[in-house]
Amino acid sequence: MAQETRIKVNGHDHVVTADPDTPLIYVLMNDLELKGPRFGCGLAQCGSCSVLADGIEIRSCQTPISDVGKRAITTLEGLPALYAQQKKLAKAPDLHPLSQAFIDNQAMHCGYCYNGQTIKGAELLSKNAAPTEAQIREHMDGHICRCGTYPRILASIKSAAAKISKGG
Amino acid sequence: MNSVINIPTSPSSGARHLSRRGLLKGGGAMIIGFSLSGTAFAQAARGMKAGPPDYQAVDTWIAIHADNTATIYTGKCELGQGNQTGLLQVAAEELDMGMHQVRTIRLDTNITPDQQATSSSSSIHRGAPALRAAAAQARQELLARAAVHLGVQAGSLAVKDGVVLVKGEDGFRTVTYGELLGDKPFNVKYTGTAPLKPVSQYRLVGQRPPRVDIPEKAAGKYTHVHHLRVAGMLHGRVVLPRGQRGFGIGAQPVSVDEASIAHIPGAKVIRKGDFVGVVAEHEWDAVKAARDLKVVWREGPALGSSASVYERMRNDKTVDTIIANKGDPVGMMQKAAFVRESSYFCPYQSHAPFAPNCALADPTGDQLVIRSSTQDVYSSRKQVSDILGIPVEKIRMQYFEGSGTFGRSCYEDATQAAAIMATAIGKPVRVQYMRWDELGWDNYGPAHLADVRAGVDDHGRIVAYEYDGWQHGWTITSTVSDSARTKAGVERASGSGSITVNPISTGSMYKIANRRVTSHAVPMVNYLRGAALRSPLDLSFAFASEQTIDELAHAVKMDPLEFRRRNIGDERWLGVLESATKAANWKPKVMGSDLSKADVVKGRGIALGTHHVSYGAAVAEIEVNKRTGVIIAKRLYGAMDCGLTVNPALVENQMVGQMIQSTSRVLKEEITFNDKGVTSLDWGSYQVLRMSEHPEIIPVVVQRMEEPSTGAGEEVMGATAAAIANAFFDATGVRMRQFPMTPERVKAALNSRPT
Repeated sequence: MAQETRIKVNGHDHVVTADPDTPLIYVLMNDLELKGPRFGCGLAQCGSCSVLADGIEIRSCQTPISDVGKRAITTLEGLPALYAQQKKLAKAPDLHPLSQAFIDNQAMHCGYCYNGQTIKGAELLSKNAAPTEAQIREHMDGHICRCGTYPRILASIKSAAAKISKGG
Repeated sequence: MNSVINIPTSPSSGARHLSRRGLLKGGGAMIIGFSLSGTAFAQAARGMKAGPPDYQAVDTWIAIHADNTATIYTGKCELGQGNQTGLLQVAAEELDMGMHQVRTIRLDTNITPDQQATSSSSSIHRGAPALRAAAAQARQELLARAAVHLGVQAGSLAVKDGVVLVKGEDGFRTVTYGELLGDKPFNVKYTGTAPLKPVSQYRLVGQRPPRVDIPEKAAGKYTHVHHLRVAGMLHGRVVLPRGQRGFGIGAQPVSVDEASIAHIPGAKVIRKGDFVGVVAEHEWDAVKAARDLKVVWREGPALGSSASVYERMRNDKTVDTIIANKGDPVGMMQKAAFVRESSYFCPYQSHAPFAPNCALADPTGDQLVIRSSTQDVYSSRKQVSDILGIPVEKIRMQYFEGSGTFGRSCYEDATQAAAIMATAIGKPVRVQYMRWDELGWDNYGPAHLADVRAGVDDHGRIVAYEYDGWQHGWTITSTVSDSARTKAGVERASGSGSITVNPISTGSMYKIANRRVTSHAVPMVNYLRGAALRSPLDLSFAFASEQTIDELAHAVKMDPLEFRRRNIGDERWLGVLESATKAANWKPKVMGSDLSKADVVKGRGIALGTHHVSYGAAVAEIEVNKRTGVIIAKRLYGAMDCGLTVNPALVENQMVGQMIQSTSRVLKEEITFNDKGVTSLDWGSYQVLRMSEHPEIIPVVVQRMEEPSTGAGEEVMGATAAAIANAFFDATGVRMRQFPMTPERVKAALNSRPT
C-alpha cells in the first residue's frame, strides 16, 4: 500500500507517496524527474543507478525507499554542491572536477554508465585525495562500462585528483 | 525543509503533468530543429509530413539560418561513437564554416534523410559522401547568390566561417551565408557536379575537434531514450520466459492468469497474438506485474547445450558456399614442409547493452509518435507499421540515444512492445526491458566452429590455406513481432545481412597462391536467435586464422612479425602491422621460445584482422597465472588504417572501446544454455570485463589522406582477440582453441599439455 515517505535528496526534503518497497531509483527517476540515476540491471550488479547516501555510494535499484531513512541522498545533479560543501567553497562549481576531467579526456562513448562512474569516482576522491592506480581499479570495479572506456575513466580520476590537489 | 513535493497518487494531477509535458516539449523543440535562435519560418515546414524527404534536395541536408549558423540533417545516428562530430566536420569543411556554427538534430522520420541503418561502421564511409556532395552544392549556390549580391564573379570570392569575401579597391566587402539565405530554402538539387574541396585544402577534416555530445553527457544533462516521460504515460513491461528457447518457438503462452496480478493497483495485461505485456501507472507496479503474472509457456524441442552446440553444427545439414577459391590448396598441402591443422570453438555472445532497451510510444491525434534508440528509424517505422497495420505515414519514429548497443540488441522489441501496448490502451506507454529480458532474448552473435589447415614451405612462405566455418545466420524479425503476429521467426537466408565466413579475415592479407574458404550455413531453427554483433564473427575468424598463421611461423622457427612481413601482399596491411609493432617496440623472437616455470608468466602476441574494408593490427601483452588460470591483458597496441580519417581522436576513442570490448569477449563472454533455454541472464551469469581487469590501450591511427574513408567502429577487434590468443601461446607454449579463455579452460589446456 502506498504511504508517505520523507527523503532528503540534493539538500531538499521531499515527501513521496509510494509503496514502501519501491526501489529508490524509481522515485528519483519518475517522481523527482532526475536524469542522473538511471536503470541498468535492477540487481546492484552494474552501478548505473548509484547515488551517495551520506557520502557513501549505494545502489538505488536495491534500496527500498523505506530503507533510506534520514540519510542525505546526493545524485549526479547534487554532486557539485556536495563538492563545494566538502571543500568549503563559497559557491558550487558548474561541474564536479571529475565530470570536467571526463570532458577533458573525451572519455565516454554512449555515456549512460557515467552516472555511476562519476558518483563512484567522486566518492573515492572525497576519501582519498591521491588514489593509486591499484586503488582506483579496485574502487571502480563494481561499475561496468560496456563501451569499454575504462582506460579513460582511470585517466580522468587521476587527472581530477591532480587538479583537486592543486586547488582547482 | 526547503521544498516539498507531494507525489499525486492519481495520474490526473494537472499541474504536475503539464510540467512533464512542458519538459518533453523542450526536447521536442530540439527534435524538430527550432532550437537555434532566429530560425523559423522556412524551417517550420519541416516535420509536418512523413518522410523520407527528397534525398537529392540540398534542403534535406542543410539549413542556413539568419544568424549565420547551419543545421545539418544526417541520416546516421549518434550511438556514442561520435559520428555526429565527424559528420559535422565533413559538412563544415565543405561549407567553409566553423564547428561552432554547425549542429545536427536527432533522426526523425518526418525530417531526416533515409540513409539506412547506422551499422557496419558506415557513418563516414557511406554516410558522408552524400552529405559532402550536398554541402558542396550548397556552397556553390551560396557563392552564386553572393556574386550577384556583391556584383562580382563567383570565382573571385573566398569564404571563411560562412562569411563570403571579395577584395575590392577599398578593402574587403563581405556578405554572410545567413544574410544571403537566412532560413529560406535553397530549392536546388545536388547533382554531384559541384566541385568538392581538394584534400590538400582541408583545414577541419583530419583535425581533432572535441565531441559535441560529451559536455551534456558528462554533466548528466543528456537525454537518453530512457529519460523520456510524457503526460498520462503508463509504464510497460514485456512478459517473457526467463531465457529464450530455440529459434522458431519464440515465446508462446499456453495460458495467462490475469487474476494473478489483481493485487497490483491499475496493472493491466495487454495481449496481441502471443505477445504478452503489462502496463501500470507506476513503474514499480509494472515491474512487479511482469514478475508476478502467471503464464504457462509452451515448451520447445530440447535445445541441447552451449557445450554441445559445436558438434551439433558440424553434424547438421548445411548449405555450403565456397567463398574464396584459388589454386590447389589440397594438392599443395601435401607438398608443404609443415602443415598445421586444428578446430576452433567460438561461443554465442550477447550485445549486452549496459542499459536494457527502452522506447516510448505516444498515440497523439491520428499519429503514433515513437521515440526509440533504433539504429534505423525508417526500418523500425516499417516494422511497426507491419505489426499494427497502420500506414507508415501515420507513424513518426524519432531517435533518442540509448546505451551502447553494438548491433541489434532488443531495441526493435522494446519499440514494438511500446507501440503495441500504447495503441491497445490509447495512452502513451514507456517500455523498459529488464536485465533478464535483454540478456535472455537478445539476437546473439552466433556461435562459430572452424577447421583451419595451412601449410608452409622451408622458406617461410605460406603455400596452402583452407578454412571451413560453420555458423547459422541472422533473424530478420524480432521476438515481439514474431509473437504479435504468431509467426515463426524468419532467418535471412542469403544476400545482404546473411552471415558467411568473411574472406577478408581468413587469410586474404597474405599472398597465398592456394587458398579455399568454405562457409557451412547451418539452419537457425532450434538454435538461438542470431544477429549482427559488433564486428560480426570477425573475432572468431581471426582467433582461428591468425593462430594458425602463428603456428606456421613457429613451425619454421620464425619471429611472427618477420613471418607476416614475408607473406603479406598489401602495403596497407603491412602499414598497420608495422605501426602496431613499432608502437609496441616489438623484439623479434620465436613464440614460446623462452618459457618460464614461474606461476605467473608473460607473453606477447601479434595478429591482423578487420571487418569489411579497413585494416587492423594488434599486439597484446598478457600475464597468465598458471595456478589460477586467470589471464590478465596488461597492454594492447592497436593500429588502424581507415583511409582518410576525418577525426583521429574519434577513431582512437573507438579503438580503445573496441580493444577493451574484444578483450572482454575473448576472455570472459559466453551465452550459456541448456535443453530448456538460455541461462545467462544477468551480469553474474554473463560476465564482462571490469575496471580492475582492463588493459592499457595504445591506439595508433594510420592516416591516409589520399584514400577514401572506410569504417572505424569494428575493425581492430578481430586482431585484438587473436593477438591475445597468440600471446597466450608465447607465455605458456600451449594453444587455446576455444574462447572465452576462462580460468577453467586455461587450466584444462595447461593440464592437457603433453609432458
